[in-house]
Amino acid sequence: MENDLLLNIKDLRVNFDVFGGTLKVLDGVNFTVSSGEKVGLVGETGCGKTTTMKAVLRVLPMPPARITGGEILFKGRDILQMTSRELGQVRGEGMAMVFQDPTAALNPVFTIGEQMDAAVKYSAAGDKRLSGKEIRKRAVEALKEVALPDPERLLKNYPFQLSGGMRQRVCIAMAVAGDRELIIADEPGTSLDVSIQDQILRLLRGLTDKLNTSIVLITHTLGVVRELADRVYVMYAGNMVEVAPTKELFSRALHPYTVGLMAAVPKLTGGGIANGIPGRIPDYLNPPVGCRFHPRCDQAMEVCRLEKPRFYRVSEDHDVACFLHAGEETGR
Amino acid sequence: MVSAKALVSAQRREDLQRSWYKFSRNRLSIVGLSTVLLVTFLAVFAPLVAPYPEHASAFVDFANASRSPCPTYPFGTDVVGRDIMSRIFFGFRFSLVMGVVVLSLVVPPGVILGLVAGYYQGTWLDTVIMRTTDIFLAVPPLVLALAICSVLTPNLFNAMIAVSLMWWPWYCRLVYGLASTLRSEFFVVSAELLGASKFHILFREILANCVSPIFTKISLDMGWVILIGASLSFVGLGAQPPTPDLGTMVADGSKYLPDQWWIAVFPALAIVLVVLGFNLLGDGLRDMLGAEEV
Repeated sequence: MENDLLLNIKDLRVNFDVFGGTLKVLDGVNFTVSSGEKVGLVGETGCGKTTTMKAVLRVLPMPPARITGGEILFKGRDILQMTSRELGQVRGEGMAMVFQDPTAALNPVFTIGEQMDAAVKYSAAGDKRLSGKEIRKRAVEALKEVALPDPERLLKNYPFQLSGGMRQRVCIAMAVAGDRELIIADEPGTSLDVSIQDQILRLLRGLTDKLNTSIVLITHTLGVVRELADRVYVMYAGNMVEVAPTKELFSRALHPYTVGLMAAVPKLTGGGIANGIPGRIPDYLNPPVGCRFHPRCDQAMEVCRLEKPRFYRVSEDHDVACFLHAGEETGR
Repeated sequence: MVSAKALVSAQRREDLQRSWYKFSRNRLSIVGLSTVLLVTFLAVFAPLVAPYPEHASAFVDFANASRSPCPTYPFGTDVVGRDIMSRIFFGFRFSLVMGVVVLSLVVPPGVILGLVAGYYQGTWLDTVIMRTTDIFLAVPPLVLALAICSVLTPNLFNAMIAVSLMWWPWYCRLVYGLASTLRSEFFVVSAELLGASKFHILFREILANCVSPIFTKISLDMGWVILIGASLSFVGLGAQPPTPDLGTMVADGSKYLPDQWWIAVFPALAIVLVVLGFNLLGDGLRDMLGAEEV
């Protein structure tokens, strides 16, 4: 089981050294993705979603960030221990990232063609030393995959000549062009309007299904996760609080935070204003002792103030880090 | 249906027209461009356009010595009877060569060091490169050039070396600033994540975005380098007589001020013309390339 995992983050701890002290941002994060799986990662702004994924890709700015503990295993090898050469290889062959803002992710002074070529060249496919023609062919294929019309012509365009949706499609094409195993998508639709966002998500789902690529989708919109993910992690203040298959999570959310998140989704029918969760994300300088959610939790108990809950197994594949559901420990 | 090739060339023509529009919006850039073109023309064809090409080097005609400006000698003659105007045209040659050689010596190392230091900001590479730069920048440029020149034999070539040694830190600084912001742009991070080589990241992703400020600085610097070169010649550490260098000519002529004012004033005006021309051209290029940083 352990060896089938494509990505396995064990007890990851990340601190940020800033003026006035140390921010304890990631406090023992556990996260797994198996081959071909689509995993959602939800949580409110500032809960550490992006920090986690940046740590995986080793693009956290250090300093101020400092990884104080844990392992990030990609196909069994610890990314945190890799030399920059090994890292380059792993990134090229194994991973790609789709950013929130496609405009910033494309170099403004090169044509789409030049950038697509680089993406193909440095991927697994590029290892076989493809000729320029072959690289171009793959670039065109990738653009066709993302349903962009007239790819040959598009290759000669500069990013500013494309619309936001087209740019995001190009970014996705760059990510899928090299048969990579894991795509990390950080709110891939947020900077686009709702209908384009929907198209982009459908496209991602279709492509990853077809190519059997794993995907980690970072978002703060539950609806997006529901549409795309097989399994969902809920994150709060640098901790994973609940993980469950998507269907199960939506029908039987257990952690008070997840329940609160669900209640905060505005409904189309029934009227009324959605209820938010009172309070705000804690100060990372002096995070609450015990369960980091307890100051905002209406069901907090004495133990929540003293001890940090571990993951408890409530059913197959459904773990929750809450003393209300204390039972069989998963050891994580 | 228009063929793709025709479309591309039409696009290129439109780009050129747009660039020209942006450049020419400021009248002064056209003045600068014309000045630079004129100076370049005079320098390149000096033997053909100068009224007395033979006056450029050692030449003596005491009968016509120290003539004030007149139709035969529009800018007058110096104390040994050489035509000042001809000598100025030849002087442009040395000025331009000075600028071109110095900048081509200075730009590549400055840019590469700046790129590396900026990309590896916060590492020992950054420290070593940028602190060295700071040491060079700590000494006033002219003083540094004077010091270097006085150690070496004074001639045009050594003056170029001296100016080059004091000039590269500015490029290093400029590119350092650009690279250290660009390195955290998403497209650079994205290239890193694609597994791109460091070479690709430095010289394609980052350098391509530094091109406009670099070119703007080059055209602005042409004037300054020429000025520094002339200053070195003025104090006798650059080109040596009888080479018709503008700085040397001003130095010679200053001995005869104010009575024979033309000997110093016309070469001095020529220096002003070149420096001003390149500066105005630089401003125009900045408008055209849209580089705000320089």
